[in-house]
Amino acid sequence: MNMKSIAGLLAVSTLVLGWVLYHDADPVPEQSDEAVQSYQLSNGMKILVIENHRAPVMVSQIWYKVGASYEHDGITGISHVLEHMMFKGTEKYPAGEFSEIIAANGGEENAFTGQDYTAYFQKIANDRLELCLSLEADRMRNIIFDEKEFVKELEVVKEERRLRTDDKPSALTYERFNAVAYTNSPYRRPIVGWMEDLDTLTVDDAREWYETWYAPNNATLVVAGDVLAEDVFRLAKQYFGQLPTSRIPELKPRHEAKQFGTQRLTVELPAKIPYLIMGFKAPNLTSDIVGTEQEKELYALEVLAGVLDGGDSARLSKNLVRGQEIANSASASYGMSARHDTLFVLSAVPNDEVAIEVLEFALREQINLLKTQLPDDKELDRVKAQVVAAQVYKQDSTFYQAMEVGMLDTIGLPWQIKDEYVDKVLAVTAEQVQQVAKKYLTDDRLTVAVLDPLPIESNGTKTTKTVSVAGEKDAQ
Amino acid sequence: MRSKLIDKLNARGVYRQDRCRHLTKRLMRTIGLMVLLSCSATVTATPQIQTWQTENGAKVLFVPAKEIPMLDVRIVFDAGSARDDGLSGLAVLTNGLLSEGAAGKTSQQIAEAFEAVGAEIEYDAARDMAVIGVRSLTESRYLDIAIESLTQVLTQPDFPQDAYQRELNRMKVSVKAREQSPSSLASVAFNRAVFGDHPYASPSSGTRESLDKMTLEQVRAFYKQYYVASNATVAIVGNVDRQQAEAIVNDVVSALPAGNRPSPLAAVKPLTEAKKIVIDYPSAQTHIFVGQPGVKRGDEDYFSLYVANHPFGGSGFTSRLVEVIREDNALAYSVYSYFSPLREFGPFAMGMQTKTEQTEQALTLLDQQLRKYVADGPEKDELAASVSNITGGFPLNIDSNSKLLEYIAMIGFYDLPIDYLDRFIDNINAVDVKMINDALKRRVHPDRMVTVVVGKQQ
Repeated sequence: MNMKSIAGLLAVSTLVLGWVLYHDADPVPEQSDEAVQSYQLSNGMKILVIENHRAPVMVSQIWYKVGASYEHDGITGISHVLEHMMFKGTEKYPAGEFSEIIAANGGEENAFTGQDYTAYFQKIANDRLELCLSLEADRMRNIIFDEKEFVKELEVVKEERRLRTDDKPSALTYERFNAVAYTNSPYRRPIVGWMEDLDTLTVDDAREWYETWYAPNNATLVVAGDVLAEDVFRLAKQYFGQLPTSRIPELKPRHEAKQFGTQRLTVELPAKIPYLIMGFKAPNLTSDIVGTEQEKELYALEVLAGVLDGGDSARLSKNLVRGQEIANSASASYGMSARHDTLFVLSAVPNDEVAIEVLEFALREQINLLKTQLPDDKELDRVKAQVVAAQVYKQDSTFYQAMEVGMLDTIGLPWQIKDEYVDKVLAVTAEQVQQVAKKYLTDDRLTVAVLDPLPIESNGTKTTKTVSVAGEKDAQ
Repeated sequence: MRSKLIDKLNARGVYRQDRCRHLTKRLMRTIGLMVLLSCSATVTATPQIQTWQTENGAKVLFVPAKEIPMLDVRIVFDAGSARDDGLSGLAVLTNGLLSEGAAGKTSQQIAEAFEAVGAEIEYDAARDMAVIGVRSLTESRYLDIAIESLTQVLTQPDFPQDAYQRELNRMKVSVKAREQSPSSLASVAFNRAVFGDHPYASPSSGTRESLDKMTLEQVRAFYKQYYVASNATVAIVGNVDRQQAEAIVNDVVSALPAGNRPSPLAAVKPLTEAKKIVIDYPSAQTHIFVGQPGVKRGDEDYFSLYVANHPFGGSGFTSRLVEVIREDNALAYSVYSYFSPLREFGPFAMGMQTKTEQTEQALTLLDQQLRKYVADGPEKDELAASVSNITGGFPLNIDSNSKLLEYIAMIGFYDLPIDYLDRFIDNINAVDVKMINDALKRRVHPDRMVTVVVGKQQ
């Protein structure tokens, strides 16, 4: 490990001065349900615990209310770059030690960044809880921003962008689709960031982002597994309770601007197969509409997505993959859990010799059907049966259960709504499905993206052999 | 309607095999402060696997799991692409067609039957295994229908002509998809070069040529030969008792003819020379694979090589490859090595991607690291850290029905000892530096590696 740079030390002291010191009092109990027990430390940090004693293991996740949608143009990707920097060490645990300690204790760890959150997790034996909390508490406030480390890590992130986006025609098309579909919403920007922005990010940008958003009053700890909630609360208080809070900036609501007519884009790339994306502006769930009439529309949209793509019997598979046999694959997706207005997205890959226009026409036909005819009861029952079953199957993954409450809480929704999800889906009627199809799947909410393949230029394959004879190498 | 959560994520993750790297003195101090937690690996009760054989010869492995009202049943056949017999894609196509028409029902009717009770059918064919199974709720009004539907697709597939033609066409599109993915191009070329004339050499999903030659009769014949009871392993995990489990297994497989186990696969031959394959492709990154034939299931060196790989490139962030390639030189986001054990020698591979200009530097570093490791083996404390990671993390490998199912299907399919899970930690602890050095020198040959490079060539 290199010596900490002066810049790093300066940052730490500035940080401390910038914080509002806060002395921790007793934890404040919050409303809990059967599965989730909740506490809040007096510095504002939330603790959610899901006890599950099936196996002597646990998952610990720290969720920060920050992600790509918190960024502004010019610094796209900073949340994700900062996530990488969070493994670059503190004074107490220099670079690499966090990972080494977790590994030596039999744990797995990683982190992920989304549009609306950044989260860090460990999966580990249940008697290692204290270790995880002490390490996370340390890096919540004490990361060292070393310029050399930053410059290197930025190159790693660029390789990640090349791997996940630039060299994947469909991913690149999806990125450009988002950039056009959203006019002013922050969701138009890629989580990983534009390469052009990554090129100009500095260690100061990362440090500033960290100082702005990483504080106990902007974080939620979720622990799920073979633990006792009271132990988690006690240890959380011990390790996080003394951490000073920050003044967290209040974000503007960022409602998406009205669209005027269908938007279209073509992405031309070296590729072999075309790809079609059709996205309609759709509402997200906000805490103020939970429990209102308006909320019903969102559940109807989820069921609508299920009617189109809830399994292999659903309409897109039935009519486009089978039936007309024009799609190699086709899907529909909508997720109400987001901080900002979102999209209801249909996407499809055509079969050989099928024009993309034919595929678009067929998808539009499916949408029109939904507007003009009520889905039949059996169809809706199948969608609902799968939702009911999924609610049971998800218990097989403590990680997923932790993720569910962590994400809801972090995007500003009461996590209790997870328990209402099934009932609210079951209550959706055929008429409501038709209604939301009519209201939201309209041309003036639509953006269509097409990947139009260009030839892949290649000079072919070259093979060379080296025979190894008695230790000597001989090129052929 | 399942959550599309993961789609939205952008993780830092390195692709990790399992989970660890050398403990520096500094770290030993830190861990000392951490009460030497790693030395007291949690004692985990491994699940008791019940096993029996059906009358027609299928092998069954069962673990009751009462906590959740659900059940997983998975039937595994030695009917993966290793059985393609020169017609690559045949095993995958046959497997995929099971649910596309059975017992007189159309694919639509089959899908409706499963989904109306919230059941999830699973099917897949890889190199060794062909898999079909279902996840269902255990309430009998759901479970009975799920099991009935599974039985029909497994034992009475109709292989209708129209479904055959449709699925064949879809596979042809997936070949094209491979051709626009530099990582797929690299992995296909890598397997061809590593496995030569062995069936493991060909891509499971077929080639343009093999798919053009395919006939429906070949699919029917493949099914008839390989989807038989004596070639089947049934894994079952969930909220049923032994009696129920036996009844379910009987329902599912009793209609299968006993048949015969297929003849053993040919052995994978070791490489005799180094080979470098360079494919020109207009991508931002060069995709690199370096490797050779590795280990097989039940291999006497399996645990030595598994542990050996761990600190080298199998443990993610704490591995040597990540430290050198990613942390020190920032050449890649993902870099790893693995031994993928199969019935016969599966691949040993090192993989990474880096922007075009850095290709030579990356290849040199991979080669240096491998040579050094094979020559010197792991450091003592490096090995200790790996062992404590693997043994300490073992409870995570068996903490869900899904993972248990995966394990017992593997144990049954490869005829591993039934106490494999009970002995896992002892087997890992038994590995020492000497065994690792010995195994590495005998089994890994830096002078005879296949190197595949896909990216822009000057």
